[in-house]
Amino acid sequence: MSLLVIEDLSVAYGQIEALRGVSLTVESGEVVAILGANGAGKTTLMRAISGLLPKRRGAVRFDGTDITRAPADRIVCLGIAQSPEGRRVFGTLKVEENLALGGFTRSAHEIRQGLETVFGMFPRLAERRDQLAGTLSGGEQQMLAIGRALLARPKLLLLDEPSLGLAPIMVQSIFRSLREIAASGVTVLIVEQNVRSALKLADRGYVLEVGRIVHEDSAARLLASPEVQAAYLGKAHT
Amino acid sequence: MGTFIQQVFNGLTVGGIYALIALGYTMVYGVMRLINFAHGDLCILGAFVGLTLLTGAAGSGHSGAVLLLAAFVLAVVVIAAAGVVLELVAYRPLRKADRLSAVVSALGASLLIENSIMLIWGPDVHVFPGDLLPATTWTVAGASITFVQVMIILASVLLMAALYLFIHHTRFGTAIRATAIDQDTARLMGIKVNRVILTVFVIGPALGAIGGLFVGIYYREAYFTMGWTYGLYAFIAAILGGIGNIPGAMLGGVLLGLFNAFAAGYISSSWQDAITFALLIAILLVRPTGLLGEPDAGKV
Repeated sequence: MSLLVIEDLSVAYGQIEALRGVSLTVESGEVVAILGANGAGKTTLMRAISGLLPKRRGAVRFDGTDITRAPADRIVCLGIAQSPEGRRVFGTLKVEENLALGGFTRSAHEIRQGLETVFGMFPRLAERRDQLAGTLSGGEQQMLAIGRALLARPKLLLLDEPSLGLAPIMVQSIFRSLREIAASGVTVLIVEQNVRSALKLADRGYVLEVGRIVHEDSAARLLASPEVQAAYLGKAHT
Repeated sequence: MGTFIQQVFNGLTVGGIYALIALGYTMVYGVMRLINFAHGDLCILGAFVGLTLLTGAAGSGHSGAVLLLAAFVLAVVVIAAAGVVLELVAYRPLRKADRLSAVVSALGASLLIENSIMLIWGPDVHVFPGDLLPATTWTVAGASITFVQVMIILASVLLMAALYLFIHHTRFGTAIRATAIDQDTARLMGIKVNRVILTVFVIGPALGAIGGLFVGIYYREAYFTMGWTYGLYAFIAAILGGIGNIPGAMLGGVLLGLFNAFAAGYISSSWQDAITFALLIAILLVRPTGLLGEPDAGKV
């Protein structure tokens, strides 16, 4: 049984349909990438899965439970955590407070364990644990957003543009950490404009265009496909 | 020197009251970006609820301290419940509506409470009993401070310290701060935002009821339009400190109380408001987001 099943999902902002009949599945233990241009509906899809946006049509099932109409807090309890686009750390709270909030649905003991794991993975966060999150660099804030999501002990981790606006060296470092997270058994659904890095990390990928899924294939085949290369990898630098 | 110390005592007393009431404005604004115009009226409703118990139980043989404690407990419980009803009836249905609808609803709720007070207790000025607390007065450096003043200052400080500890050192307090920064991301943490908002509508009115009852006890009177007067002062205090910022409301309240007292003591009590507000305008010209407000707090 798939961990996440999305069937015929439509989401609209007023009259404008941002997602039109999207269907996809994520198997337990997989890393799945969603590719697409700006405005294709990638962030809408992530926000809809997390319960921040109402669904107009279709169904979302997670781990056998229908979460189509579930409120965001229940979805977190069931095991879906998200590192949102633009990182959205709580800037006037300390690094450690941000992380602890990620574990809001967890016990104090689980939060302590989670902090240790995240500080082991991102030693820079440990050094800056008492600093306000708003004073961190972009890369550190991204680590914080990912670490905060991990504190929820998710079965499924949603990552929305984790490399956006980061220096290349930081992008590499973030993807190294993501490989580590995936290897630890967390299922990952990632939206990323850095298509090459995303497909190297992923097992499978979907291509989203103007609110519809237009391709689905293994990551290796997508990476090699002429259409994906032309549209997202820019042949000139390959 | 005597006058100076005297005005400090007077200013701290009134400032403590402003701060207690200002916290309700600032906490609601913090999580909802809404000015709860009904807050001042809720506070004064607290004064009337307390007064009713005090006058009803007069001659029951209990000591003044016991009666007063009972009056505070009753006022806090009733006003906190009224705060919850206000949020559920006047604000929650308008959560997704535009901001102006919520403002109109807030003004309507304010008028409703104010007029309800007039219907229940009448339009006259009610006098608070003066024999509940010892009439002890201490003389410090040529200035006098009364038992009531000491009680108000101490209670305000203790309540504010307790609130500060709750907001900054508990999980739920941190969730309140996170909700104030970014509601959607707070939801992604698994925080039930509606529950946070309800909590704010319990804490703010509960502190406000204590502030309102202090107003009644200090000035020994209560009348139905008092919510506007003291609500306005407290609202100004919240803005002065930086609306949405909890330590800011505490600082703003105390500073406003001190301004008020010094203006009244050194210049003239009839000029007190004009001078206080001139100072307020001067401070806001220099720091438009208030003393402790963040520079981007004005995004609204």
